[in-house]
Amino acid sequence: MTRNKVPFDEMRLSDGSVREPYAEYSAWFNQQNPARLQTKSDEAEAFFRRTGITFNVYGAAEAQERLIPFDLVPRIVSHREWSRLSKGIEQRVRAINAFLWDIYNRQEILRAGRIPQELIAKNEAFVPQMMGFTPPGSVYTHIVGTDIVRTGEDDFYVLEDNARTPSGVSYMLENRETMLQMFPELFSKIKVQSVSDYPKTLRASLAACAPAICNGKPTVAVLTPGIHNSAYFEHSFLADQMGAELVEGHDLRVVDGRVAMRTTRGYKVIDVLYRRIDDDFLDPMTFNPDSLLGVPGIMDVYRAGGITLANAPGTGIADDKAIYSYMPDIVEFYTGEKAILKNVETHRCAEPDALKYVLDNLDKLVVKEVHGSGGYGMLVGPAASKKEIEAFREKLLAHPGNYIAQPTLSLSTVPIFVDQGLAPRHVDLRPFVQVSPRAINITPGGLTRVALSEGSLVVNSSQGGGTKDTWVLED
Amino acid sequence: MLGKTAGGLYWMFRFLERSENTARLLEAGFRMALTRSTEGGTSEWESVVTTSGTGDIYASKYDDYNDTQVMHFLLCDMDNPSSVLSVTKAARDNARMVRTALTTEVWEAVNDNWMTLREMLSAPITQVELPTTLAIIRQKSALVRGALYGTMLRNDIYDFARLGTFLERADNTARIINVKYYTLLPSASFVGSSLDNVQWEMILRSVSAHRSFRWLDESDMSATAVADFLIFDRRLPRSLAFCVKQSRENLHYLENEYGTRHACHDIADRLHKRFDSQSISSVFDFGLHDFINEFITDNNALGAQIERDYRFNG
Repeated sequence: MTRNKVPFDEMRLSDGSVREPYAEYSAWFNQQNPARLQTKSDEAEAFFRRTGITFNVYGAAEAQERLIPFDLVPRIVSHREWSRLSKGIEQRVRAINAFLWDIYNRQEILRAGRIPQELIAKNEAFVPQMMGFTPPGSVYTHIVGTDIVRTGEDDFYVLEDNARTPSGVSYMLENRETMLQMFPELFSKIKVQSVSDYPKTLRASLAACAPAICNGKPTVAVLTPGIHNSAYFEHSFLADQMGAELVEGHDLRVVDGRVAMRTTRGYKVIDVLYRRIDDDFLDPMTFNPDSLLGVPGIMDVYRAGGITLANAPGTGIADDKAIYSYMPDIVEFYTGEKAILKNVETHRCAEPDALKYVLDNLDKLVVKEVHGSGGYGMLVGPAASKKEIEAFREKLLAHPGNYIAQPTLSLSTVPIFVDQGLAPRHVDLRPFVQVSPRAINITPGGLTRVALSEGSLVVNSSQGGGTKDTWVLED
Repeated sequence: MLGKTAGGLYWMFRFLERSENTARLLEAGFRMALTRSTEGGTSEWESVVTTSGTGDIYASKYDDYNDTQVMHFLLCDMDNPSSVLSVTKAARDNARMVRTALTTEVWEAVNDNWMTLREMLSAPITQVELPTTLAIIRQKSALVRGALYGTMLRNDIYDFARLGTFLERADNTARIINVKYYTLLPSASFVGSSLDNVQWEMILRSVSAHRSFRWLDESDMSATAVADFLIFDRRLPRSLAFCVKQSRENLHYLENEYGTRHACHDIADRLHKRFDSQSISSVFDFGLHDFINEFITDNNALGAQIERDYRFNG
């Protein structure tokens, strides 16, 4: 993790030759007419706009719908790389579910002194209402989107575990769909593992987590905050593809100890609710009393075994950025194995020594809010002005416990299509994981986010990032 | 189906229908204003606004009626919840809400309708641009309707969409008659006077029936014939009787599909029967104005009852 070195280029070796996974694609690309590719790229954008694949940006005057820019050069992962990566992800997700059960039941990891007690007790993401309760099938994180970055040939780091309500999977699916339409010939030349089963397997995975009270075919529904939510497109897309109802809080109520949705023919019981609203808004009787998005009383039904909530409330304690720094211990504690995927070195600003180090090195570090997401409220030291750094220093000193700091990783690059041909840009990867009592299923690929401006490390779609199709090659 | 989804479909198609009706109304008003003196033109614009049911909002913004203002108000003004731009956005918002109930074709047509009109109506429309603008509005909503016809399953989803269309359309036709009812009274009309001809033409144009009326009733251009056509003629897809027949039919399909009869079915039957048992002369005896007012009230009551019976809101 030394800085200032040349970032790892996933397509090319340092001598300019093409790495093996990209060999066939590169040969194809070199035969293409750039003007034709540009036309294809414009068509893709028109397609996204026409079909309404947009996300809403908060804070804009009128709830703006924007497109996430799509780059037509795929990110290609070899079969070997993927199998190691997916083993690492599976190990981590297994550990997270064991950790969550432990934290909300016996708390052995705390008693063993591997994690400080106060880190849990004082954590906003800890949900006391989950204590002593085991969700159906002991599954807490039905869906996980693990953020992974690469810095070298075999150097994969987990950046965030995203165990609450990860989004982006609709882009993974639509990006592939778009590539299939734009370049069908590529897929007959190159054997790419399919991702299109995701909604089908998600439905099956969720159904397998139905509560014991459910007999017959489980009814699955997706709970959305509504059309103004930034990820609404994804909510409706997934509901549509899964053949599940897309519900809002005001469609639901507790009827005879079950959660039911209001249909044109009366109330119909829901067995599994894939909820895309935060814990805080889930139940005004248990959490935020002002919430209009949730269902009054749903937590009581949940604790009585009347419904499965995916993901379970309180999973945030596992992807909290302060807990993150303990993940290698957590993996070892529950699996008895060394973590396959690396953790980024993390300075916990709550600790005086770490805080001093961070304050002395603000210009070299990335400082993040412990509970933040979406790239908001963070400082990217090397890219920040002196003024920004000083302003951030004040914030950090006022509430050191709210922050962690990490070294700036030299993220790998993958080329994007530009006027001059191909140009390398930094990327990350979010593979999507489905967890049921039967299996942990990782869709081969995921969402590759790419920082479109040269040299930028910020890949978030809310801040000018784009996406790419991600190919995992067949063996 | 979720009650909310049924409601979303119903309102989506009410709003689309309203957009088209407003475009038609403006077109009729525009032609009429062109052919009349300034004085007459002004009162014509006023009656256009009144017919659209937005008179109060208009009066709160403007003191007088003229073409530029009225065109802007009815087409582009987001303060007017019934302006074409407002209802196009509302239709599209509802479509997003019920996205999982729509085919790709219907969704794309509605989305394209919104994207096109948002762009087109972002700046005030001039008189010169008006005909093209109105043509595009009508064309875009025809595309949505075509996609609905051509791709949607004939099930409850379709029925709620159609109910929205026909309830809105019936309301619209009734309001046109209501605002102009005095020109349709046999007693007050000077048979064959040019003034009446212009008024009748305006009415027929606002329901896109000026040509079909001539095909059917060329010899008899009278107040009674026009009123009869608009109220009772089931061949005219914008007549009250036609809309009621269609609403009743869609409700009937829902009754069969769900195996449940509701209060709204009784209301629809009663409304339908009224058109069978009455004729234009009995309407004139009863009082045209009262008849139409009663119809508007009953049609609204039918809509409200459908919302309750199928749990749109709770």
